[in-house]
Amino acid sequence: MKLTENEYGALAKRRSPDTKLYKTIPGAFVIGGLICCTGQLLLNLYSSAGLDKTAAGTLTSVTLVALSALLTGFGLYDKIAKHAGAGTLVPITGFANAVVSPALEFKTEGYVLGVGAKIFLIAGPVIVYGLAASALYGIILFITQAV
Amino acid sequence: MSSYLKNGTVTTDTLPSIVSYGTAVGRMEGDGPLGSCFDYVSEDSCFGENTWEKAESRLQQHAFEQALLRGSIAESDISFVFAGDLLNQCTGSAYSMRNNGLRFIGLYGACSTMAESLAMAAMFIDNGIGEYCAALTSSHFCSAERQFRFPETYGGQRPPTAQWTATASGCAIIGDHSAPPYIRSVTVGTIIDMGIKDANNMGAAMAPAAYDTLRTHFSNTGTCPDDYDLILTGDLGSVGSEILRDLFLQDGISLGERYNDCGLLIFDREKQDVHAGGSGCGCSASVLCGHILGRIRSGELKNVLFAATGALMSPTLVQQGESIPGISHAVHISAESV
Repeated sequence: MKLTENEYGALAKRRSPDTKLYKTIPGAFVIGGLICCTGQLLLNLYSSAGLDKTAAGTLTSVTLVALSALLTGFGLYDKIAKHAGAGTLVPITGFANAVVSPALEFKTEGYVLGVGAKIFLIAGPVIVYGLAASALYGIILFITQAV
Repeated sequence: MSSYLKNGTVTTDTLPSIVSYGTAVGRMEGDGPLGSCFDYVSEDSCFGENTWEKAESRLQQHAFEQALLRGSIAESDISFVFAGDLLNQCTGSAYSMRNNGLRFIGLYGACSTMAESLAMAAMFIDNGIGEYCAALTSSHFCSAERQFRFPETYGGQRPPTAQWTATASGCAIIGDHSAPPYIRSVTVGTIIDMGIKDANNMGAAMAPAAYDTLRTHFSNTGTCPDDYDLILTGDLGSVGSEILRDLFLQDGISLGERYNDCGLLIFDREKQDVHAGGSGCGCSASVLCGHILGRIRSGELKNVLFAATGALMSPTLVQQGESIPGISHAVHISAESV
C-alpha cells in the first residue's frame, strides 16, 4: 500500500455514506413523539379513572413497558425502531425492548445462564450508571441539607 | 505437483477440477436477484431446528448434500472436508459434519473462508492427496447477529456502511477430473490492517487486503485485470468495492465492468434493506457456487479471479479499541486448460 493509515482513513471516510439525517431525525421526532402522546393519553385516562398522580404515572410507565415487551415479542418493535432510531430508544419503551430482546434471544442457553445471565446485556450500563448517578445525587443532597 | 511461484502464489499442475457444487440459502436470499440460481431455498429461517446455531449447521448440510447430488458423488468418496463459518470455535461446520465420519479440517478466515477452503482443497487434489475434497462454508444472519452484534429483536439502527450477513451456504467439490472449471492458481493473502476501527464498516477494513492480494496475484502470474472475464471479490459491499476501485485507479488501473462483488450480487440493495450489501462466509460461497461456477462450466465465463475477503475481528478486540485486520485469498478458476 502506498497510502499511510491517515490517507487511507480519509479515502475510506470519503467513500462511506453518512446517515441520512434528513430522514432519521424527522422519523425519530414523529415516532418518539407518538410514543410520548400515547403516554400522555394513558396518564389522562388513568387520572380520569380516579387514580392519584403518582399511581397514574406509575401505571402509565407499566403499560408502556408491557406494550413494548409485547411488540418486541412479536418482532415488531425492531421494525419500528429501524425508522425511529432514538425515537424508540430514548422513551421507557426502548429500555423495555433492551431487556426483553436478550431475554428472548438467549432462552436457548437456558433460564439461568441464558435468560438470567444475559437479560441485562444491553440495559446493564443504564442500570449501573443510573444507580451510580442516583447514589451520587443522594450524597450531594445529604451534604447540602446538612450544611 | 503444485509449484510455488513467490509471495503466496501457487500454480496447479494437474488442473484440479470443481467437479460439483451446491448451494442452500434462506428466504431473503431466495427473494434476491440470484434466487433462481440456488439449489435449496428454505422458507423457514430455523431450517427445522430449535436454535440458530443448529439452523446454520443444517443449512450447511443442505449445501453439501446438493453438491453430492449434482455430481452423483457418494459421501464416502470425499477424502477431506475443508469447512468454515463465522461462529465461535467454527461450530457451524463441526456440528454439521459431526455424524458423517468424514475427515474434517476446520478453517477460519471470516468471510474469506470460501477462497481459503477452495485453495486448500485444490492444492490437496493437485498433489494427489485424496480422491475428492469438499470446500464448504456457511453463515446465518441470526447466529452471526447474536454473536457479533445484538439480539434479533433489539431495536437498533444500522449505519449505511453496515452489511447484512447472508443466510447462505455453498459447497464445491474438487476432484481430479479433466473437465472445467479448473483451478489454475491461488494466491494466499497476508493480513492487512489500515487502522479501520468501525465494526460497521467491514468493507473499508477489508478493501486494502483485497487490493494487496489481487495486485500480488497479477504481479506473480504476469497477468492483468484484462486477462479475466470477471474479478469477483466477496464481500466488500458498496463501500469496500468503491475503495478497491479507487486503490487500483491510483495505480492507473481501471477495474471497469469486469469487476464485481458477491455482497453486491446476492441482494437487491434498492428493494432489500441490506445497506451496503451482503456479507458472511456463505455469501461469497453461495454466489460462487450458485451463480458463477455453472457459467464457467458452460464456457460463458472463461477466466474468473475469485478473491473472497475476511475481517479477522472479534467483538472483544473491537471493544478493546483494536483496529480490524483484513485478509483476502485469490483463486483463479478457468474454463480453459491452457
